[in-house]
Amino acid sequence: MQIVAKGLTYTYNPKSPFASNALKGVDLTIGEGEFFGIIGHTGSGKSTFVQHLNALIRLTGGSLRVGEYDLADKKCNFIELRSKVGMVFQYPEYQLFAETVEKDVAFGLKNFRKDMDEEARAAAVREAIETVGLRYAEMEGRSPFELSGGQKRRVAIAGVIVTKPVILILDEPAAGLDPLGKQELMELLHRIHGGWCKTVVIVSHDMDEIAENCTRAAVFSEGKVAMEGTPAEIFSRSGELFALGLDVPMTARCALRLKERGIDIQTDYTCRDFTDKVLALWKAKGGGDAQ
Amino acid sequence: MLNDVTFGQYYPAKSFVHNMDPRAKIVLIIAFIVAIFLARNFFGLAAVFLVLVFLVLLSRVPFGRVLRSIKMILFVIVFTAILNLFFYSGESAYEPLVDWWIFTITYESVVNMVFLALRLFLLVMGTSILTLTTTPVALTDGIESLLTPLKWIRFPVHELALIMSIALRFIPTLTDETNRIIAAQKARGANFETGGLIRRAKAMLPVLIPLLVSAFRRAEDLGDAMDARCYSGAKGRTKYKKLRFTWRDLLGVLFFAALITGIVFLNMYLGTKFDIIAQIASLF
Amino acid sequence: MEAVRFDNVKFSYEEDGAEFAVNGVSLSVEEGQFVAILGRNGSGKSTLAKLVNALLTPTEGKVTVFGMDTLDPKMTFEIRKSAGMVFQNPDNQTVASVVEDDVAFGPENIGVPREEIGKRIEFALDAVGMQAFRHATPSRLSGGQKQRIAIAGVLAILPKIMILDESTAMLDPRGRREVMEVVKKLNKERGMTVLLITHFMDEALQADRAIVMHRGEAVMDGAPEEIFARSDELESYNLTLPRAAAVCKQLQAAGMPVGNAFDAEELAEEICRSLQKG
Repeated sequence: MQIVAKGLTYTYNPKSPFASNALKGVDLTIGEGEFFGIIGHTGSGKSTFVQHLNALIRLTGGSLRVGEYDLADKKCNFIELRSKVGMVFQYPEYQLFAETVEKDVAFGLKNFRKDMDEEARAAAVREAIETVGLRYAEMEGRSPFELSGGQKRRVAIAGVIVTKPVILILDEPAAGLDPLGKQELMELLHRIHGGWCKTVVIVSHDMDEIAENCTRAAVFSEGKVAMEGTPAEIFSRSGELFALGLDVPMTARCALRLKERGIDIQTDYTCRDFTDKVLALWKAKGGGDAQ
Repeated sequence: MLNDVTFGQYYPAKSFVHNMDPRAKIVLIIAFIVAIFLARNFFGLAAVFLVLVFLVLLSRVPFGRVLRSIKMILFVIVFTAILNLFFYSGESAYEPLVDWWIFTITYESVVNMVFLALRLFLLVMGTSILTLTTTPVALTDGIESLLTPLKWIRFPVHELALIMSIALRFIPTLTDETNRIIAAQKARGANFETGGLIRRAKAMLPVLIPLLVSAFRRAEDLGDAMDARCYSGAKGRTKYKKLRFTWRDLLGVLFFAALITGIVFLNMYLGTKFDIIAQIASLF
Repeated sequence: MEAVRFDNVKFSYEEDGAEFAVNGVSLSVEEGQFVAILGRNGSGKSTLAKLVNALLTPTEGKVTVFGMDTLDPKMTFEIRKSAGMVFQNPDNQTVASVVEDDVAFGPENIGVPREEIGKRIEFALDAVGMQAFRHATPSRLSGGQKQRIAIAGVLAILPKIMILDESTAMLDPRGRREVMEVVKKLNKERGMTVLLITHFMDEALQADRAIVMHRGEAVMDGAPEEIFARSDELESYNLTLPRAAAVCKQLQAAGMPVGNAFDAEELAEEICRSLQKG
């Protein structure tokens, strides 16, 4: 399913002294199969935008198509759409509610697939719990509230992917996790991506995370898309990013410093590629041979 | 759905009324209510109404905004008015207008209904001027200050005020949180809009439980944060905010004293509400 | 002067004391030092922080703050006056709906006279660069701004030690930068002793000293550069190197003669030097 937004606008609290334009004409296409990054400050409109994608915020201006669903159409089946476009909010562990992990994960299935029989449902729940890297036998009967922070987050994600959404959107999925937890979470997303989940969209503040993981990204600023492209394209325009008050990945900062000293490194800004390019340059200058 | 930006009614503006001491405003609103109930005839209510219009102009809050507060309790006004119309039990000097089954409508019951509806209308408008021009925080401060004498009978005024202030402080946070949880559960297919009452109440559980869990977590955090900032109850505590009674408040007090005196005079010289029928008749 | 001292401190959240969240920690922090405390979630670093200002008291051993024993209930107030604490969630620390009222909360609690409170609000908001928000509503501010208000609320008590318990964990990069700048300034210009609990490795680089917690024990203690140089040991505690240090290590592993670097600037410097040598 492809996401095509044209001229998307949205205003919070219209006609009140607190009216604020969250989106001022967003044009953005996210193709099927992408691992897409959305960058921007708090208040740039990025959260408002992603909540449009599964109709949590109803379209009020512009057009938006997600696969065959036209969100401007009042007859559009929003419930069905939501089962295909999964949404993981920031700190999703705070939405856990059921008495057992099993029941919490099953919540989405019970809502979306009412006709599903017990057995098939249990199997789907088990698969979701195992996909997020937890052991079903250990987890199913436990209360989600007694788990560790990292485990809670995984259970919450299992509760969204249990319906096997074709598009998975995650708002700051790694926020608050420690470095290893972040790394494990990103590995989990890559594991899901490419199977039944065709497209992953992550909203992130962490430029390193975007550079390392995304195929393409968009920079939101003041309710509009300010930049769009591959991470390599975006992070090579560091001046514009700085002007927007945004940062660049560590590799880009380093490459920028090297450029000031006349060393030009063409990289996609992943750590691995950056390391390889530096080593290649060093070898080209005869480094390594001397030893 | 819940609206995230405002709570309470406060309408931000710079005006004479906004700048008054919240204590003065609370006291004067009580005076305003007294005036409404003191008035025995329509002339008294007219005087109150004029004062109200004057206050709205002075407060720079648009009339539409003030009227909006009526909308919420319009039903209550209409309902009480109708009850009064049918079940007015006073004596009547005239023939009944309608006399059917248990319903009797007389001139007096009509007058009574109109009078009552006007009273309620003025009451709601008047109090909403208070809430429109005073922030909840200032209201809390005002109430705390006015309740201070109760400290003598060991009433926990400080604790009560702190509780109110923390509650106010957390309303926007918890509103945001509720919206987020609702959105998250909707994304998982929860349906809050259809079904019967029980079904809908049940559908709220996935929202209420996380909200409660979160409120407890926040309370725990806040307790730690207050401890860390040396909170240990009212004893030995000072207070930074001092409310100031100014010339504005003095003017307000004088103004309302004049209003109440005026109403007493109108009561004395212009008869009761029922005399309005004769008074109108005498015009022709 | 010694600001904080832990003598073989153990702490358990359970009555029976079977599992220790902090398990035999001894350390000493000098006044004016900037100490980062690192560790995975659940390593005991937050418990350690709460032991300093007597929010928790040791099950075994002894914690002293400027010589005051946290186990002595008569000292609790004085200890909290000298060791202020900022917490993780920016939404759960403010008591009032107006910034200045919130900053006033601490001074009010310790009975500071009214005129003096006004001065302290001014000083504290100035120190965190939030004077313009004196009459604002905290719930409308950004995460970084809320945490700066929380810091101001602590500063208004005039503490000598500032403990930040993962206070940057929930912030965006801009918010983190804002908070770190304020903290560094307080340390450099006012000689404030800082205990920064964090799992962001790059923040630890700003400190004079880093302590790594693992399963309730302080397993590494030294200058941040020293600790990051012992990368294998660090990884055994499930911590990762700052990104630049990780790239640097890769380059070294491939045989490129680069010295240790911990941030982008140092890395560029090292690469440059190495290339020009060749």
